[in-house]
Amino acid sequence: MTAIVEVSGLTKRFGSLAAVNDISFSIEENRICGLLGRNGAGKTTLMQLLTGQDFATHGDLRVFGMSPVENASVLHNISFIKESQRYPDDFRARHVMKSAPWFFRNWDSDLAERLVDDFRLPLDRKIKKLSRGQLSSIGVIVGLASRAPLTFFDEPYLGLDAVARQIFYDRLLEDYSEHPRTIVLSTHLIDEVANLLEHVLVIDDGRIIIDEEAETLRGSATTVVGTRAAVDSFVGSRTVLHRDGIGGLASVTVTGLSAQERVDAAASGLELAPVSLQQLIIHTTNTTDREFA
Amino acid sequence: MDESRPIFTQIAEQIENDIITGVMAEESQAPSINEIAVFYRINPATALKGVNVLVDEGALYKKRGIGMFVATGAQHRLVEKRRLSFSAEFIRPLIAEAGKLGITTTQLTAMLTQEGTE
Repeated sequence: MTAIVEVSGLTKRFGSLAAVNDISFSIEENRICGLLGRNGAGKTTLMQLLTGQDFATHGDLRVFGMSPVENASVLHNISFIKESQRYPDDFRARHVMKSAPWFFRNWDSDLAERLVDDFRLPLDRKIKKLSRGQLSSIGVIVGLASRAPLTFFDEPYLGLDAVARQIFYDRLLEDYSEHPRTIVLSTHLIDEVANLLEHVLVIDDGRIIIDEEAETLRGSATTVVGTRAAVDSFVGSRTVLHRDGIGGLASVTVTGLSAQERVDAAASGLELAPVSLQQLIIHTTNTTDREFA
Repeated sequence: MDESRPIFTQIAEQIENDIITGVMAEESQAPSINEIAVFYRINPATALKGVNVLVDEGALYKKRGIGMFVATGAQHRLVEKRRLSFSAEFIRPLIAEAGKLGITTTQLTAMLTQEGTE
């Protein structure tokens, strides 16, 4: 396994705010990696640092083994699709499709054409007259057709409807299967992308709080539901991710239950429910408990 | 996909089902990793992990440069394997639920016979 991105002790400060706070991680080659976290957690700042669009305050950052800042050989291999990409005022989508191959050496114009059809993108309308979803679809098309060895999608689908998002996921998987490359996908729609991801990074308050294989995270947490007394005695001194309660019932989310513990829990009348990736992340980035007596 | 179990296990079971029911005949070519990934909308690495479960069991084998094929005798072996786990997976939960509802074993047997003949 080769690491495409290696980050160690990376910090980015804006005045007194540490948007990225002393983080270290790496991203392996040819994987789809999810970069997840709440608004303002530091996702976009991190991607700007990785793509050489901003300077780190301190720390070490290597992309394809080198610093990305002002480094053409690194930047040639990167496609960064931003949530709010700006285009020249009188640009039409056709101009984007025409100029993109100048920047991306792997550009596949057949794929781009097919995606334009899939998303029903009007090529000859001025970009500022396009709807929010159509604007997003330009980004998605460029991100896929550029086929860059390292592609970042930062919230690529603001305003895209459910059909268009499904087209994006399907085309992403198809093209990635045939042309493996490293893809970093940052999104709030965790449930929708959970099965596409091989690796998951969760950033919260400028720090990486989860850096794990998606398969390992899946099923790593369990919600235990039952009477308060039974739940409390089962949970004991375990780390509790989340706790809800109403009347005599309690619902507690815990991690790392063994097969034997599951059998024991079921035997003592407790119900076990799986926790989705999205729920797991909500529970780990939001520690508010709700207890109704 | 079922949230409570690993996806690769579910992919392996799905392929097993297709072999058991004969949808995938012995010595026929199995779908490729990429086809499985796109069809089930999962990461190809997960699809590979699921297929590898069947390769390890000897139900699928690789022909270099061509793809994956269903092994001769795979159907019979998988049926045997499923029969061994049938009791734990289906009969015991059935008896437990029947017990909860106060259905006796005799009543349960009668119900099974009736359902089976309908």
